[in-house]
Amino acid sequence: MGEKKLMKGNEAFALAAIKAGCRFYFGYPITPQNEIPEYMSRELAKAGGAFIQAESELASINMAYGAAAAGGRVLISSSSPGIALMQEGFSDLAVIQAPVVAINVMRSGPGIGGIQPAQADYFQVTRGGGNGDYHVIVYAPKSIQEAVEMIYKSFDIADEYRNPVMIAVDGMLGQMMEPVVIPEAIPAMEEDEIGKYKPWALTGHKNKREHNTINSVFLQQEVLEDFNLNVLAPKYQKAEAELSEAECIDLEGAEVVFVAYGSTSRVVLEAMGMLREQGIRTGLIRPKTLWPFPYKVFDNIDPATKHVVSVELSMGQMIQDVKLAVNGRFPVGLINRVGGILLSPVEIAEKTKHLLEVK
Amino acid sequence: MSLKRIIVAGFGGQGVLLIGQMIAYAAMYGGKEVTWMPTYGPEMRGGTANCTVCVSDDPIASPVVAECDVLVAMNGPSLEKFGPMLAPGGDLYINTTVIKEKVDRDDVNVYYVDTTGIAEEVVGNGKTGNMVMLGAVLRKSDVVDIAMMDQVLEYKMTGKKAALIPANKKALTAWEQE
Amino acid sequence: MKTVFEWTKGMLDTESHYCPGCTHGIAHRLIMEVLEERGDLGNTIGVTPVGCSIIGHKYMNVDAIEASHGRAPAVASGIKRVHPDSLVFTYQGDGDLASIGTGELIHVAERGENICTFFINNAIYGMTGGQMAPTTLLGQKTTTCVDGRTVKQSGSPLRICEMIETIDGAVYVERVSLHDPAGVRAAKKAIERAFKVQELGLGYAFVELLSTCPTNWGMTPVQSLEWVKTNMIPYYPVKQFKCPEEVK
Repeated sequence: MGEKKLMKGNEAFALAAIKAGCRFYFGYPITPQNEIPEYMSRELAKAGGAFIQAESELASINMAYGAAAAGGRVLISSSSPGIALMQEGFSDLAVIQAPVVAINVMRSGPGIGGIQPAQADYFQVTRGGGNGDYHVIVYAPKSIQEAVEMIYKSFDIADEYRNPVMIAVDGMLGQMMEPVVIPEAIPAMEEDEIGKYKPWALTGHKNKREHNTINSVFLQQEVLEDFNLNVLAPKYQKAEAELSEAECIDLEGAEVVFVAYGSTSRVVLEAMGMLREQGIRTGLIRPKTLWPFPYKVFDNIDPATKHVVSVELSMGQMIQDVKLAVNGRFPVGLINRVGGILLSPVEIAEKTKHLLEVK
Repeated sequence: MSLKRIIVAGFGGQGVLLIGQMIAYAAMYGGKEVTWMPTYGPEMRGGTANCTVCVSDDPIASPVVAECDVLVAMNGPSLEKFGPMLAPGGDLYINTTVIKEKVDRDDVNVYYVDTTGIAEEVVGNGKTGNMVMLGAVLRKSDVVDIAMMDQVLEYKMTGKKAALIPANKKALTAWEQE
Repeated sequence: MKTVFEWTKGMLDTESHYCPGCTHGIAHRLIMEVLEERGDLGNTIGVTPVGCSIIGHKYMNVDAIEASHGRAPAVASGIKRVHPDSLVFTYQGDGDLASIGTGELIHVAERGENICTFFINNAIYGMTGGQMAPTTLLGQKTTTCVDGRTVKQSGSPLRICEMIETIDGAVYVERVSLHDPAGVRAAKKAIERAFKVQELGLGYAFVELLSTCPTNWGMTPVQSLEWVKTNMIPYYPVKQFKCPEEVK
């Protein structure tokens, strides 16, 4: 492990990607993630990689599509409206099974919305805006350190699953500075090794094998059904079985169980301390993956728990998964702020007490 | 140490973000948990700048605060905007180079620092005004150990900037409370 | 006996899905012949976006990828970064390149990406069944302008080479026509020059190939070749717009 550094989130994410062996980045300016393309424009070439400032998010995800199909380790980043513009591309990446890591530094919406932190992209990142049956694997770190570690992991998961992986953070994590330790660097794959590790990649056939073609169009319905059922479905089932992750805190004997992810979960933790001092026992389920959602850990909720509360910076999006997870066993409430306003620990504590009273 | 929430605010160019970062670095070197959060977006355009630093022994919930324990006001608009967020018993640092009025509040500790004046007269370098202010904060508010600043200056000031380390060190202790 | 014509190793022995009289087959063969003659079939990556030619890679003996509608230049830019020494080309129709893909087209040229684009201009959307394209001629009937394209309704057809010529990063720009043997020979020369430009790292190379669509034009193959000559060439002049000294 390296030394502890104080780093801005966005810059730490970019550095982590380079250290994780990423050598290709394609980006377009949008607040609050601009430090990522800025950092990549300065640093990626020094590491022997390539940076393009694309003409649009649509172009940047398609550059990633090409570079990943060619066997490169690729990062893209954007913020909510830019991710919306990329949705066609995510569907395309899923069908060609391209390993690409994307960072979404979320801001408020809908529309152009605002530039302050929000978690209103939950539907967008877990349900996808692209067409067809596909999933993007989504990690939701709570700190810069955790984001860095998840970025390292994401590149390997993307390669293993041959699927796009997204890191969903909010503008707060992107803009703030925190101490962070960057793990040991992973060497980047050399161009002439690509064919060995990624035999499906476009490298030129060198007159040594049949031509590789990477397909997005399936005009025969039987072929497409076969692909969806026998290639994509088993992969997504495997992801659901193996990748979902959550942190559970103090579930036993909890009167209220909060469900919160990302930076919001930190505020919830502080609110839990306040409530404890007031004699209210609370617990937390913190999904570390948004897709696959960690439904199973909800079985660990104490049967005596009175309330499950989804705490999120949206109008109530993750709450749908929370309801599916508790499956009617507990009443599910919502504590939220939207539009770029953050929740405070006091507000969460007060609203929790109100929920308990009105029950 | 429990949570300390510090807001540093002023005009762009006054070294406001740097003051906050220096505190954050010192906290990190001192083994504390720390977050530093700037404003971003159009707010930056009007020429104002501010950042929030949280320092604690425990993990920090949110880098964004509704209330602070220390406020460094480098200009009038900052005092106006963030003054109401300073908790009773908190420390208020006024840059008297720019803010000429006395503070009409008796529930907080007020320190008056003529940043540029002291930087010019005592340090002999008018540009170290932000370090004069930082020195005042470090010595009066129990946030981070001022001894950590040697390490921070060495980390932040490398290459050509290294020549400025003595002046900056001098600036950190230049202010004397009246 | 002297062999005067052979099946190129660049084309795979597969039945094509193209309509009789469509010049896609000629364009495919010319590109593959050039690559075979250069010895570069094993060192080339093609990008075929949405349009009739999206599955053109099935016939081409090179590594290739399908791209979504209009995005081939961006996809090719990404590929070229990973394999800077491979030859990378996009093969795009007029709906793809001149309509939905204009953003990517302009900026691949702006960046002077070291790739080649082969632009099949047949003045109509083929795959979707004969709708108006940006390159549809005035008066030309399509399924979305059944009485013929008018300036009032849709403006005038876009001349892409003339537009690309103005961009510094596009160093080689030429329009050829596949309507007669002389045109086909000239097209092959243009394709050769385009790949040479890429080999030498000179910048973006763009070749427009005036092509036919007998099915959607409602003509016989012979009529459609004649239509290219009498209707398309007067509006889209066959011309070398730009060519670096090194490949002249």
